[in-house]
Amino acid sequence: MNLADHLPALQVALPLLTAPLVILLRNGFLAWLAALVASGISFGLAILLTQAVLGPGVPEYAVGGWQPPFGISLNVDGLSALMLLLVTGASTLGLAGGRLSLRRDIDNRRAPMFYGAWLIALAGLCGIAVAGDAFNVFVFMEISSLATYILIAAGRDRRALSAVFKYLIIGTIGATFYLIGVGFIYMMTGTLNFADMALRLGDVIETRPIIIAAGFITIGLALKAAVFPLHIWLPRAYTYAPNAVTVFIAACSTKVAIYVLLRFNYGVFHGNLLGHSDLFSVFIVPLALSGILLASAIAIYQGNIKKLLAFSSVAQIGYIALAAGLATQAGLMAAQLHMFNHALAKGTLFLCVVAFVLTTRSANIAKLAGIGRRMPWTMGAFVIAGLSLIGVPGTAGFISKWYLVVAVMGVPGWGIPLVMAIVISSLMAVVYLWKFVETAYYGTPPDGDVSAMEVPLPLRLLIWSAALANIYFGLSPGLPIALAESGTGTLLGGLL
Amino acid sequence: MLSTSTLPLILTLPLLGAIAIACVGRWPNLRETISLLTAITLAVLVFSWFPEVSDGARPRFVLSEPLPGLTLALSLEPLGMMFACIASFLWIINTVYSIGYMRGNDEKHQTRFYICFALAIAAAMGIALADNLFTLFLFYELLTLSTYPLVAHKGDAKTIASARVYLGVLLATSIGLLLPAIIWTWVATGSTTFTLGGIIEGKLAGPAVGLLLGLFVFGIGKAAVMPVHRWLPAAMVAPTPVSALLHAVAVVKAGVFSITKIIIYIFGVDFLFNEPSAQWLQFAAAFTILTASIIALYQTNLKRMLAYSTIGQLSYVIMATVILKPLAEVGAAVHIAAHAFGKITLFFAAGAIYTAAHKTELWQLAGIGRRMPITMAAFTIGALSMIGVPPTAGFVSKWFILAGAFQAENYVAIFTIIGSTVLNAMYFLPIIYFAWLAPPADGVDMDHSEAPKAILLALTVTATLTIVFFFFNQPLLDLESQLVESLPL
Repeated sequence: MNLADHLPALQVALPLLTAPLVILLRNGFLAWLAALVASGISFGLAILLTQAVLGPGVPEYAVGGWQPPFGISLNVDGLSALMLLLVTGASTLGLAGGRLSLRRDIDNRRAPMFYGAWLIALAGLCGIAVAGDAFNVFVFMEISSLATYILIAAGRDRRALSAVFKYLIIGTIGATFYLIGVGFIYMMTGTLNFADMALRLGDVIETRPIIIAAGFITIGLALKAAVFPLHIWLPRAYTYAPNAVTVFIAACSTKVAIYVLLRFNYGVFHGNLLGHSDLFSVFIVPLALSGILLASAIAIYQGNIKKLLAFSSVAQIGYIALAAGLATQAGLMAAQLHMFNHALAKGTLFLCVVAFVLTTRSANIAKLAGIGRRMPWTMGAFVIAGLSLIGVPGTAGFISKWYLVVAVMGVPGWGIPLVMAIVISSLMAVVYLWKFVETAYYGTPPDGDVSAMEVPLPLRLLIWSAALANIYFGLSPGLPIALAESGTGTLLGGLL
Repeated sequence: MLSTSTLPLILTLPLLGAIAIACVGRWPNLRETISLLTAITLAVLVFSWFPEVSDGARPRFVLSEPLPGLTLALSLEPLGMMFACIASFLWIINTVYSIGYMRGNDEKHQTRFYICFALAIAAAMGIALADNLFTLFLFYELLTLSTYPLVAHKGDAKTIASARVYLGVLLATSIGLLLPAIIWTWVATGSTTFTLGGIIEGKLAGPAVGLLLGLFVFGIGKAAVMPVHRWLPAAMVAPTPVSALLHAVAVVKAGVFSITKIIIYIFGVDFLFNEPSAQWLQFAAAFTILTASIIALYQTNLKRMLAYSTIGQLSYVIMATVILKPLAEVGAAVHIAAHAFGKITLFFAAGAIYTAAHKTELWQLAGIGRRMPITMAAFTIGALSMIGVPPTAGFVSKWFILAGAFQAENYVAIFTIIGSTVLNAMYFLPIIYFAWLAPPADGVDMDHSEAPKAILLALTVTATLTIVFFFFNQPLLDLESQLVESLPL
């Protein structure tokens, strides 16, 4: 076994083992640097894994040499690789772009602890993406959630405490539901390994515990994924978290829950439970649709740019859930692509917010009036990422929206209403983004000062590379499409 | 023989121009020299393709392929060639005019103005050269976005409210109707490439065709077919050079050009002629022509009146296209050119009046002909072209459209054209009469002379062209007749 075979384990172990070392550092800057390096290396590992997935494939990794289904196995396929890229990329982006912002938000004495928690959250999220069995997914989910609560509450804004308490309660309910479901399945099949579970479930289909398990798991994960109306924890958590933390969690944390949802519903239940897909669709599609429409409408009336983007996230999660709920190949492709593209757009947008708050010390839209003239570079990047969020052609967002519309057009009888819902929501996205863009460019700054005040060059460069990535993946989306195709293949595996 | 790899240059040249303008924004003279040089180089580049395309060449260049079967590709065909020629050529004149206007009125943010203008031209070139619906859509949106800062240029509350209407209508229709139409076409036919003879035939039939046509026509809000015309009067808050080149030529022509191109290359003229569900469009166009002319009668603001006149004239192109006879198709193409020369002259004149005399309302124009004879002479020529009086450009296109209408025995079209000609005369002739012959209205300051020289130069050139086009239009007719040569007369 050469080192390359250990990549799936390294992906989790590296941030997990760096975390305690970071805590030992006594200096905020050094801790940040160490966390950034660890996160950057993780990102590199994710790229290596992606190359392996698209090339020869990554063999199943048996932890400690114990073979599955008895030992713990780590699996990396196209979907996992996509998640790993998102998680490590968002973490690196948040850390690299957030140095100045975090230095202001986090007390220097507690900074090493904070960066330790950041790496633990990263390890947990990576763990979910590579874990091959349901129980380890739960363990990693708890690890990442607990660390995320710390990250959100770490800032100076005391409102974060009540927000995080809400998140803690709801997140715990979600995780518990998931665990109950997994427990039922273990009771009936005697296994926790996904692949093994899919095989053995055939013997006990249509038994009540399995059906209940499917319900618990789906609702538990929908809570974690903030599928409307189970999203109530999300807006406040995103808004009051330190800005750099928002970049990290907004880009990937809810998507990881959707990832598990896809794994369970397609990898495990879809092939076994008769009519499960129909039930799943009936449950998730109406929720997704109401999320798409209502959350977009609510976003229009927000006065805080972070909250506006948070509600936009709820709507965008609706798109992903809608696509996933269609239970078709085209739908799954669209869901995975939208996870990638939305993370790209939202990550860039929140990074711009980091820059805005860095200079103006406020995320209030009224106080950001005229910011487009004062920070033309950052605002330009914001507009590009915003266009991607709307789905304008030439940006990444267009690619997934194209797949999404083509997918819903294939739904017999419901094609046109669903397309209309997507179109209306896209138009609302135009409204809520333009509301900010207009204020930013043509509004008068509250103190009447219109002198330039851009953020330092490195941050500007980072913001622009993120913005240009939105255009790059809009013009040559080969990578996410290849990963999504590979992921769809594994999810629908035997059914194709 | 030009290499097809120079096609993307037509797009990148104005983009590079925009970057260069941004870099030298501090030195106005250098900035405007670069603007002008970019415009001239672009026009030379575009016109150098004209002979080849006229000889039947159809150069094509694939930029990238984001999704399988969905390419970002450029190609030149007669319609696009003509549109690119008009837009790039008039950009030169308009740049000269802009320099005079922006300096004469001491406008702010001039660098932003020239940058956005160059971007808008790049987008217009992209629309002209689009090889498929996807490419068309991309540049269509880019054109909307790049013209927004131009419309909102002044930056006060009223301007921003109007700019919001502009952006709202154009984005809402394009995302809400045009994009679904494109995806529908793609799902139904598996292609979005413009192909002579159309790609719909055999794939869709019955009412679906009429519905798809409706999605396209109202989705392309830039064509201003009622009721999606509201953005055009709203856009008149922009500085006059913007109204002149963009909202009389580039943007609105991009709209009717797209519709014409879609009817010829996506639906297919023959197919649509035999499809009853597509007949509604000529009534929509006729309604727009007549209603817009009537509304124009009641306008008191010069630019708003011109905007409504534009709305009517745009639907001429649509109606000519949906007559679906060879002569009318040629008429539609020629009208894009003819109206461009006439309307840009009228807007230039309106801007000249504003710059020299700060007059915007029609009643203030009484007697202005004696103060500004050159401007008003150009205005008169433009107005006659709108009515369709020989020897102006407007007569040529109207001739072909009417001939096509008679060929198809389409009485709706014939009566609409006659009715609209009368209405056009009713709102243009009184202005001309009062401007030249009436005494100034009470309390109107007549203490001014002609506009700056750059402005006069520009409007003289376009007015002359409006007349020259009447005598010298054979190359364009030869080019556009290729659109229909396969059709029986």
